Amino acid sequence: MTEQPAPDVVSITIDGVGHRVPAGSLLIKAAQDNGTYIPRFCWHERMNPVGMCRMCLVEVQGPRGPMLVTACTNNVADGMVVDTRNDTVKKAQEGVLEFLLANHPLDCPVCDKGGECPLQDQAFSHGPGESRFVEIKRNYEKPIAISDLVLLDRERCILCARCTRFADEISGDPLIEFKSRANVTEVNTFPDLPFSSYFSGNTIQLCPVGALTAAQYRFRARPWDLQMVESSGLHDTAHPRLSVQVSQNEILRLVGVDNDATNHGWLSDKERFGFQYLGSEGRLTTPLVRRDGELVATTWADALDRVAERIVLIRDEDGGGAFAVIGGAHGTNEDAYALSKFARVVLGTNNVDARVDDALASHFLAATADRALISDIDSADTIVIWGPDLKEEHPTLYLRVRRAAQELGVRLVVVHPRATGLDDRAAIKLGYRPGGGFELLDEIADGKHPEVRRALSAERVVALVGQASFADGPKLAESVAAYVRNKAGSARILPLARRGNIFGALDMGLAPDLLPGRVADEDAGREALATSWGDMPAVRGKDTRSMLEGLDSGEIRFLLLVGADPARDVPDPRQATLALESAEYVVSIDLFLNDSNRDADVIFPAAGFAEKEGTVTNLEGRVQKVNSIAPVPGQARPDWEILDDLAERAGRPIGLSNGESIAKEISEVAPAYAGISWDLLEWEARDGAVVPLSDAQPLSHIPVALKGDKAPSAPLILHVARTLYDDGVMMRHSQSLHPLAPGAVAHLNPEDAKRAGAQEGHLVKVVTKHGEGEFSAVVDEGTPPGVVYVPFNQPGAGSLGTEAVVRVTAVGK
Amino acid sequence: MTTPLVVTKRMTEFPADSHTIDRYEETGGYEQARRATGMTRDELVEEIKTSGLLGRGGAAFSAGLKWSFLAPSRPSYLVINADESEPGTFKDRQLLERDPHQMLEGIIITAIANEVHDAFIYIRGEYPKPARRVQAAVGEAYARGHLGKGILGSDYDLEVTVHLGAGAYICGEETALINSLEGLRGEPRLKPPYFPAAKGLYMQPTIVNNVETVSNLPHILAMGAEEFIELGHPLDTGTFMLSVSGHVKKPGNYELPHGITWRDLIYDVAGGIPNDRELKAIIPGGASSPWFVPEIHLDHQITKDVCAEAGSMLGSGAVIVMDDTTCMVRAAERIVRFFAHESCGQCTPCREGTTWMEMILRRIEEGQGRAIDLDLLLDVSDNISVGLGWPPKMTTICPLGPSAVSPVLALRDYFREEVNAHVELGGCPLRPVEVHA
Repeated sequence: MTEQPAPDVVSITIDGVGHRVPAGSLLIKAAQDNGTYIPRFCWHERMNPVGMCRMCLVEVQGPRGPMLVTACTNNVADGMVVDTRNDTVKKAQEGVLEFLLANHPLDCPVCDKGGECPLQDQAFSHGPGESRFVEIKRNYEKPIAISDLVLLDRERCILCARCTRFADEISGDPLIEFKSRANVTEVNTFPDLPFSSYFSGNTIQLCPVGALTAAQYRFRARPWDLQMVESSGLHDTAHPRLSVQVSQNEILRLVGVDNDATNHGWLSDKERFGFQYLGSEGRLTTPLVRRDGELVATTWADALDRVAERIVLIRDEDGGGAFAVIGGAHGTNEDAYALSKFARVVLGTNNVDARVDDALASHFLAATADRALISDIDSADTIVIWGPDLKEEHPTLYLRVRRAAQELGVRLVVVHPRATGLDDRAAIKLGYRPGGGFELLDEIADGKHPEVRRALSAERVVALVGQASFADGPKLAESVAAYVRNKAGSARILPLARRGNIFGALDMGLAPDLLPGRVADEDAGREALATSWGDMPAVRGKDTRSMLEGLDSGEIRFLLLVGADPARDVPDPRQATLALESAEYVVSIDLFLNDSNRDADVIFPAAGFAEKEGTVTNLEGRVQKVNSIAPVPGQARPDWEILDDLAERAGRPIGLSNGESIAKEISEVAPAYAGISWDLLEWEARDGAVVPLSDAQPLSHIPVALKGDKAPSAPLILHVARTLYDDGVMMRHSQSLHPLAPGAVAHLNPEDAKRAGAQEGHLVKVVTKHGEGEFSAVVDEGTPPGVVYVPFNQPGAGSLGTEAVVRVTAVGK
Repeated sequence: MTTPLVVTKRMTEFPADSHTIDRYEETGGYEQARRATGMTRDELVEEIKTSGLLGRGGAAFSAGLKWSFLAPSRPSYLVINADESEPGTFKDRQLLERDPHQMLEGIIITAIANEVHDAFIYIRGEYPKPARRVQAAVGEAYARGHLGKGILGSDYDLEVTVHLGAGAYICGEETALINSLEGLRGEPRLKPPYFPAAKGLYMQPTIVNNVETVSNLPHILAMGAEEFIELGHPLDTGTFMLSVSGHVKKPGNYELPHGITWRDLIYDVAGGIPNDRELKAIIPGGASSPWFVPEIHLDHQITKDVCAEAGSMLGSGAVIVMDDTTCMVRAAERIVRFFAHESCGQCTPCREGTTWMEMILRRIEEGQGRAIDLDLLLDVSDNISVGLGWPPKMTTICPLGPSAVSPVLALRDYFREEVNAHVELGGCPLRPVEVHA
């Protein structure tokens, strides 16, 4: 947002060589950046130093002669003279390693960390070569499961505190801590409280020995067996950078890759472990067609021809208005572009929507006037979050905001109907009744919450806005953005949408009112695009909800579902289910059978994450390259390839021959993507490239203050929101994570629980106008009185619809 | 020898009730505190600086100078370190039990000098009776308006909270104490940047003073800095308390001026060694200090500087006397075992090294020592305390690790034959071994 002033520089001498380094930097980092590696265990670049392991001892010249100091806890000073490899330092290093190895078990042959182990490496490079310890090593029961995902071996632990510091400092889940003291200090969990943090997997990655291992990866490979490729995670629309690691054609693990732009190397457990669905037995491997009421395998030619035939027929009979395309948010930009072109050119329709009826306005998502970068969070004066709980839906942003509020002095304002993961870091937390967001916004505007107004009037404000509760609806977020823009000195917005590559999809025109490259689907845009795409449909397109209505009424005869599951995913699935049942012809491109495509007429097996190459765009507008390393199962193919083949057979070829050429076409045809190429992303822009690269972006959308309804007045209002783990298709097929979904639960404030006769863990009946179900009660201080919180789309839970008024009664027991 | 008593005067004259507020006020108590409420911070700091009062907790740093380092940020805090845990030290216990108001008055003076309105007394958990006495004294002081809002008729507010430790020697280290007081693990902080005077309790400027140190303050104000200086030695002013234990006829706490010799202390003051045994070794300043032997040190003066020059320290004034029935290896093992058990566990050399040293010493004492073990012990020690000097050149975060090295130095310097005898004999030459828990 603002330019950093050029840092001061000081001169220091390391091992006789002079260097100029940034003033105030840590000696260990300054040395590292200038080619001198100082060995270390407890120091981690992304955490505050503690000087505990003592491995980084170096000798500096002090006022009273040479002193041994830890390089990780000392800042450089002008004129500092440092020795990192003289005899004193070498003896200290050998001493520390001998001490660490004294009680460390000789587990290397059976330890996951072998081959990528800092203790092994530094014992080899800086150790004494032999240990003189002949006493008995200490023993612990090993390993112990400290959560469903993480195992702890206390014998291997060198007590560097990286894991406990990460849990407390970075993720705000201080669920592991040192227990006891002296030689029997151990890392452990608290009684009856497992290490159920959404970020537990990061401790496995940063543990410098094999003390923390992943239950899912344990004993499965040696690092030298792995092939790896860098990619971006798509469970989180910040697209954290990671490495996909494969052995014998199977993805074995995902590992965070450090970078300044997005995730600092951290991954949520959903991102880290949520790849298992790719190897699931349930993956579709052949095209399926319905014959005699059953779905049966068939050849690609057969399946494609059938669909092409039906397209031609309907197109001739009823034209473009009879087609609908829902989905495309989970593929690459190339896939999304292909789908967008397919819809307009082959189907002749603008009925296209990647948002499954639960996201913000397309123009608001695609191009606000002032989009923030994730790094703007670090330099803001105020951050305001009015949207979903970042911890549940945007874990990368959650960690980044937590750090900014905790370490960088940024003022945090959180507005949300119930407790969120960032409340403890918030300078101001405002609650409100679900559905009462507009009222609250009016109150703030009227001056009823002066501290909030003051915070929002700061010079640099970053606003993360989204739908906090289904009861709020999608218009509130934009109104909040509009208000912030009004008040702040300079405001930057991050609109929060949850699904995989939704931002890339919208940028490729997967919305009824958008064309590729952030162009409005209007005359001027259509004309320009027509020069490469040919004739463009002019009838205004429908969004997902209208498309489902159209399917129900029969106006729409043909539905193409691409990686979408409206029967489960829309806030009120009743209509979606009816629409899907009554649809004349449904074609699905997907990885799995799901509730939406199980009655389809034709299903094409699709390639998934890490099985195809392409680009994706995150919520900053940052385009990154995703790479392939795993083979597709069976005969699955990337979306764009299927669509290209289908287009050809339907008589209107769209000419997409390979992924890279599609990227080239995008850069030529989509104004905001001019200059983006695979080469650029692979060789120059290592952190991706934020589009538009130049000023070329036709679409400009200033957030509009919209009017909304008041909250219904009733004793109990339903608050529905999503959780990190749920019953979505990918989670359903990820065996490590699916059991961690909360399931069918209803959170009640203790007062309301008492009134309903509800007890913790016992069943309650939750009834709305549109649905009812039995849920396990959770008595929760974090849910305010008058609100019932039911996590959305959970295993074992039916849908309650979108009606906010609710009744809760205890069931039997 | 007759010494004017200062901090043990009242308890010596009135053994039955020196801890009560009535006796305290009747003998001039709280008058100096009342005077102090009318003095400025600068005046008080100057007076204490001039008096040359050194901290009595072991570090012997000028109290007035420490006060003058207090950083400007407010609020500031005062923490009284009553976590007396150095083996051999039991003087603060006597002060807490027998004259708690003396300490409280000292606290008031210290608080005013440092603009403190919240003071904490951290008493080790293993001192229930002293803690009860202190808590009762605090109650009495509040009742008389000497603590609380507007103390002693002034408009100065001062709250005093008593907090009990939970059994960790390391919580006697000031930053570990502060962490413990905050509810965190009792682990020392890195200095710099966490010098308490700059960033202490709740990251605010904090003065940490020992019980005996503040107990001197009412007397310094009463008699004046000059007279206090004359009571002792120019560089070691006033009197000081020594705890004497071990093989002496009269173990106990003694308030003495600086300057007497070890011979005077052991054979005069403490009555000599029972059963006519010979003196074998002296631990001069608590378990952390390097040992003295009669052949070299018996006629040295007991002052901070003479001890330092002899390679040891006076520390917290805890003298342990060992006669010739004592096995030096066993004594060393016992002390090293203490430090290994009390290590906070943060840093590698102390956590692993002290236990390793304990295991080696135990093997030697039990008869499984090897010829190379003493040199191994010394090299392991060198990896904790580089150069094996005192004060130590640490590879550690705090001096606890290096403290464990002190007994090993004695074995090297004075008792190598005894160690060799263990190795050659395959057991302890002094008595059949039946070592510990």
